[in-house]
Amino acid sequence: MKKHNPLVISLIAVVIGLLFAFGLVAITGRNPFDLLTALVRSMTGFNMQKPDAGINPMFVLNWFKYSVPMILTGLSVAFAYRTGLFNIGGEGQFIVGGTAAAFVALCVDLPPIIHPIACLLAAAAAGAVWGFLPGLLKAYRGINEVVICIMLNYSAMYICNMLTRGLLPIDPNTNARTISIPDSAVLKQVTTATASQFNWGFLAAIVGLVIFWFIIEKTTFGFSLKATGFNKEAARFAGMKVERNIILSMMISGAFCGVAGALLVLGEYKYGRIYTGFDNYGFDGISIALVGAANAVGVFFAGMLFSLLKSASGNLQIFQIPSEIAELVQAIIIYLVAIQYAIILVLDKIDFKGFKKKREPKSIEGGDA
Amino acid sequence: MAYAIEMLNITKDFPGIRANDNVTLKIKEQTVHALLGENGAGKSTLMSILFGLYQPTSGTIKVRGKEVVISDPNIATELGIGMVHQHFKLIDCFTVTENIILGLEPKKFGMIDIKKAAERVKELSELYGLNVDPYAKIQDISVGMQQRVEILKMLYRNAEILIFDEPTAVLTPQEIHELMNIMRGLIKEGKTILLITHKLKEIKEVADECTVLRKGKYIGTIDVKETDEKQMAEMMVGREVSFAVEKGECHPGKPVLEIKDLTVMNVKKLPAVKNLNLTVRAGEIVGLAGIDGNGQTELVYALTGLAKAHGGTILLKGQDITHMPIKKRLDLGMSHVPEDRHKHGLVLDFALKDNFIIHCYNRPPFSEHGVLKPKAIDEYADKLIEQFDVRSGQGKETITRSMSGGNQQKAIIAREIDRSTDLLVVVQPTRGLDVGAIEYIHTRIVEERDKGKAILLVSFELDEILNLSDRIAVIHDGEITGLVWRKDTDENELGLMMAGSLKKMEAL
Repeated sequence: MKKHNPLVISLIAVVIGLLFAFGLVAITGRNPFDLLTALVRSMTGFNMQKPDAGINPMFVLNWFKYSVPMILTGLSVAFAYRTGLFNIGGEGQFIVGGTAAAFVALCVDLPPIIHPIACLLAAAAAGAVWGFLPGLLKAYRGINEVVICIMLNYSAMYICNMLTRGLLPIDPNTNARTISIPDSAVLKQVTTATASQFNWGFLAAIVGLVIFWFIIEKTTFGFSLKATGFNKEAARFAGMKVERNIILSMMISGAFCGVAGALLVLGEYKYGRIYTGFDNYGFDGISIALVGAANAVGVFFAGMLFSLLKSASGNLQIFQIPSEIAELVQAIIIYLVAIQYAIILVLDKIDFKGFKKKREPKSIEGGDA
Repeated sequence: MAYAIEMLNITKDFPGIRANDNVTLKIKEQTVHALLGENGAGKSTLMSILFGLYQPTSGTIKVRGKEVVISDPNIATELGIGMVHQHFKLIDCFTVTENIILGLEPKKFGMIDIKKAAERVKELSELYGLNVDPYAKIQDISVGMQQRVEILKMLYRNAEILIFDEPTAVLTPQEIHELMNIMRGLIKEGKTILLITHKLKEIKEVADECTVLRKGKYIGTIDVKETDEKQMAEMMVGREVSFAVEKGECHPGKPVLEIKDLTVMNVKKLPAVKNLNLTVRAGEIVGLAGIDGNGQTELVYALTGLAKAHGGTILLKGQDITHMPIKKRLDLGMSHVPEDRHKHGLVLDFALKDNFIIHCYNRPPFSEHGVLKPKAIDEYADKLIEQFDVRSGQGKETITRSMSGGNQQKAIIAREIDRSTDLLVVVQPTRGLDVGAIEYIHTRIVEERDKGKAILLVSFELDEILNLSDRIAVIHDGEITGLVWRKDTDENELGLMMAGSLKKMEAL
């Protein structure tokens, strides 16, 4: 079977998704060119319909700002996926991470720079604990991690809200959040030239990408995690500690989400949050890992793409295009990647033009063909 | 006699390779025609062409004398060609009937008329002596029965020409025997059978004619009655093949593996191995003969650490390993070629090179301080591939899943032998392999013995046990019922001991 690079498939899905969006905009009687304008503006800050206005970097920075947690949750899901697990518990890990960060920010007194780092480490640890539970149950009791993860998402929200309300100083004006975190714990804006909240937390995403790539592709640890994920019995047979590997995979996966949750608390909200629902970053991570073919480079680009669509929502409305269009594009891309076999079939059809039959061989005998 | 199928001068090119080179296959009506060839000889490609999955680059196909173009499996079905695949295409939670009618459901008022279908299935099943219950669920019936459901599927679609792709690979000896009878029955009722296989015994038993392919080329068509297995094997491999393994005297040394009063429970918590005693010395091959399911699997699991021993001790080089973790046993000096190569032997989605280092990835030279050394891994893979002649599409980068069974097994053998440990536990090392590969693997095992390794060979195939072993232990119902020198025993005696009706403890 001819191998197709999964990233090529994702790219095709993205292009089709965008074309579909243009078509949809046109059908609803709006100018598809406006959609392009909105996307270009979100990406570059350049307004094609007002070329004289110059470039507004705020839009670019906002795009980057959205991308940071999305890349991290994408890495989280991708890490679990590469090691044979499905982490749908990103939301819960995200919330416990944010709450742990708020606790460290409000209850511990540390100098600047060190303080946010301590918060992020606490968040990673909290996320890891939230990944540990499904990992433990999966490893030793064979309980499907998906079920546990979904339940733990809700547990995380209610437990964290209870702890926050009970133990942290609540802002008396709103009664819906804690007081602001001390300045020493805040992740500062990279530049104050624009109103964008884009902050130094982006470094965490870069560190995350490097850690992911290094563990998965380069280390013996990653090798044994992958072996466990692909074939648990063969890994056990080779003397690997299968149970330990499953638990560690879930913990690392959870840590990525925990950090993502903390970045929002420390950089954007700047107070301890009381959650009324999920932010969906954890769920977005599933799409991002899928579209990014669960590798570091892919997750980076998929994260950038999905955050672009998210940050474009505002611009779309300015141009009278419903912001649901952005979500639609996302949905189409995910569908196309999910049914990637269809894309592979089409690619094969193009490859073997002239042949009527393109069905893939079960295996050309021996595989040594 | 008229020909049911004629495939004339078929050539099929794939990018970079000619899978079939001017192959001619003519099948007479109402005969069993065997298609023989090593793994990779082009049998499956030829069948895929016949079944409409590929188009030949050149050549013509005639069905019952009429030239046809089979551009689609549906056309093949219309022409009465049906294929029983090696890996069954059945839905586990559906009944036999539901599986058979899938895609051709008889309808009554827009609803599926299961009753009518089941009656027809029953009819067919009786006509051909298949003995299949139309209402049984696939998950509840044996592998042999599932295969018969596949046959019924073809018959239900009025197939006249049935292609069997390696049908016996998954069957027990009894089921193989039954299948042979079924094939004869089908012929009697006017069907034509094309049997793809590399098992000479089966060809000899059931086929009338045999066409041999080698490396994509047509070698010849022979009358099975007039040709013996040795000649067929030579045609297939292109050189003389020795069925008997050449080996000299064995010179046993110190005991390497000592099993004392070992008891192991099976998954149902019943004793599967009962107070078993066995010693394997350096420089000898001890064959463990027995019918499948008499405790061999549990014994091997306990030796290798995949299952717990419930009583007794296992000594490796004098050290008690009864409760040692797997990793330590491997490090202490045990290699294991597992019975189930897909489940235990390989990570199928890994590249070949990664499977080579699956035990020793965390050790120099393959890694340092937890970081893998790609260069050392690549070199090691190249070395093993060359030494053990492991063939695959993209060399060391090949995804193991896409390799042929024979080469997968060679890869495991290469890895385990190269680890160069004192004890080699080999289980069913040649299951599903062709004669060329079997010969090669047997030779390597004997070589290891001559290097002074202790080898425990577990096999359900008596020929293999007799060919390789120096001493033979027979296991029956979890107990050793016989321990004899190879030179003092024969198939009959072993058969009696395997059935539990004779006990003989000579070769202690």
